[in-house]
Amino acid sequence: MTTILLVAERDQQGEISQASLQSVAAASGLSDAQITVAVTGEASGSASSLPVEKVVSISEISSGDSGIYEQATADVAALVASTNPDVVLFNKSDFGSVVGARLAFRTDSAFAADCTEISNASGSVSVTRPVYGGSALAEFEIASSPAIVTLRAGAYEPTSKTGSPSVETAAAGSADIRASVTDTVAEARDGVRLEDANFVVSGGRGLGGPEPFSVLTDLANALGGAVGASRAACDAGWIDHSHQVGLTGKSVSPDVYVAVGISGASQHMAGCSSSRAIVAINKDGDSNIFKEARFGVVGDWEKVLPSFLATVRELKA
Amino acid sequence: MTVRIVVLAKQVPDPETPPSQFKIDESTNSVIPPNGVPLVVNGFDLNAVEAALLLRDGGADVEITVLSVGNEFVMDAMKKPLAMGADRLVLVDDEGLDKIDSSATVKVLAAAIEKDGPFDLILGGRQASDWDQAHVTLGLAEVLGLPLVSLVQKLELNGDSVSLQRVIPDGYQAITAPVPAVLTITNELGEPRYPNLRGIMQASRKKPEIFSLADLGLSAGDLAPKLELKKLYVPESNKQVELIEGEDEADSGKKLALRLREEKLI
Repeated sequence: MTTILLVAERDQQGEISQASLQSVAAASGLSDAQITVAVTGEASGSASSLPVEKVVSISEISSGDSGIYEQATADVAALVASTNPDVVLFNKSDFGSVVGARLAFRTDSAFAADCTEISNASGSVSVTRPVYGGSALAEFEIASSPAIVTLRAGAYEPTSKTGSPSVETAAAGSADIRASVTDTVAEARDGVRLEDANFVVSGGRGLGGPEPFSVLTDLANALGGAVGASRAACDAGWIDHSHQVGLTGKSVSPDVYVAVGISGASQHMAGCSSSRAIVAINKDGDSNIFKEARFGVVGDWEKVLPSFLATVRELKA
Repeated sequence: MTVRIVVLAKQVPDPETPPSQFKIDESTNSVIPPNGVPLVVNGFDLNAVEAALLLRDGGADVEITVLSVGNEFVMDAMKKPLAMGADRLVLVDDEGLDKIDSSATVKVLAAAIEKDGPFDLILGGRQASDWDQAHVTLGLAEVLGLPLVSLVQKLELNGDSVSLQRVIPDGYQAITAPVPAVLTITNELGEPRYPNLRGIMQASRKKPEIFSLADLGLSAGDLAPKLELKKLYVPESNKQVELIEGEDEADSGKKLALRLREEKLI
């Protein structure tokens, strides 16, 4: 038997997030899996019908501890101490990255972050993770228990199964909360959220300056989408960092991802590779983006994009 | 009173290496250093150096120590933080550190910080550009038992506490943490400064302070990996791009839109 403690997260509606449903699918794929899901706050809604053995409710994340996660780390550490799971699974989110790493070092356990595959077919747990910005894949074996793993979003299809788990409330772990959040400042944003958009058009170094982003915005607006950018464009100050797509920016998975003047470095692709179709517009036919794209135009964006936009508007009219 | 800051820095292959030059020796599971690709200080760690320098620019009396763990350091690369304005470079340089995992790295850093400390602030970059692990600094906070705040884009010292801005997807959180604390600094902080000539001259005269594992009371046995690397390989791409070619570039743009419509993608 392989016992798995899966620490789930909620979406903005309070339901179990798509990424956590992907983790449930990953955990269910392990041989002889027995899964317990830990969820912050009350185990109501979709949490109570997950296709797992047990759902355990841990402390709600308080506003002062959000982003620091002292309490969640203490709660999960207490659960790990009392139940000795073989595997502890998180999503590679802000929460999962922080709580997973803290838990691993607090309990002196093995930690594998941002994995795209987990298996135990050979007996011990093995994971695969992209390294060097996605240029290579590394496969690791974890001999010690528990193996603490964070999974990259999009690596598995979310589970569509349901079940009737037993529901319990865990005793809270003892946490020493020292740093605290005093205020949350939302920055004004117009239009659709980049992470939620079905259409994303991103610009890179090849745009040459900040002005061309207005053309990208026109295109995004025409399709009800959002504007992204490469790290190079953000670091150059052409557009705010909140638009950055990639390993150190946002991960997007739209139906169409149009990359304009982006060379397609693996660090950038890590943020958009789960898009349904990547479309490349680039002057340089040899650039890496054409190896990743489904459709491409080799040409000057200044000539390609206006007619693309005009045609889109005609189709939408 | 002088505020002592230690910045964790890692030497990595220049991440701007074109993917076509990226090669792996599958018999040893290691990356073949591409010709002419220099080793550099991990760019995200330079954001942390910049954060410390900004505190000094703001009038704080700070001493900035850069700490790195590894083997075969390239001094031209490792001195860049000194040229930017850091005061000291401390290297744990030992053959036994050639192929350690992140849990061992944390142990060595913790031992070095205990020996060279105490420090008021421990700063790291948000992640390294080689193994893309973002947890060494986080783990260090656990091992040292210090408060941790990740993804900091702005910091301000107020005596025995720090006021921080932590990046979240749609804005930031204002956070107060007691000192000493461990922080990871994100690239939203702003571009690291370029070293000026005077900085480069000063850095060239500074000598790194070097510790061996034995100096820290550690041996190779303390650093056994928790993860065993079985295989390192370049994934095969099976994607085949469909190039849209019109009579001219404007026509290509039009045909692209029609093709996407045909596929019901827009």
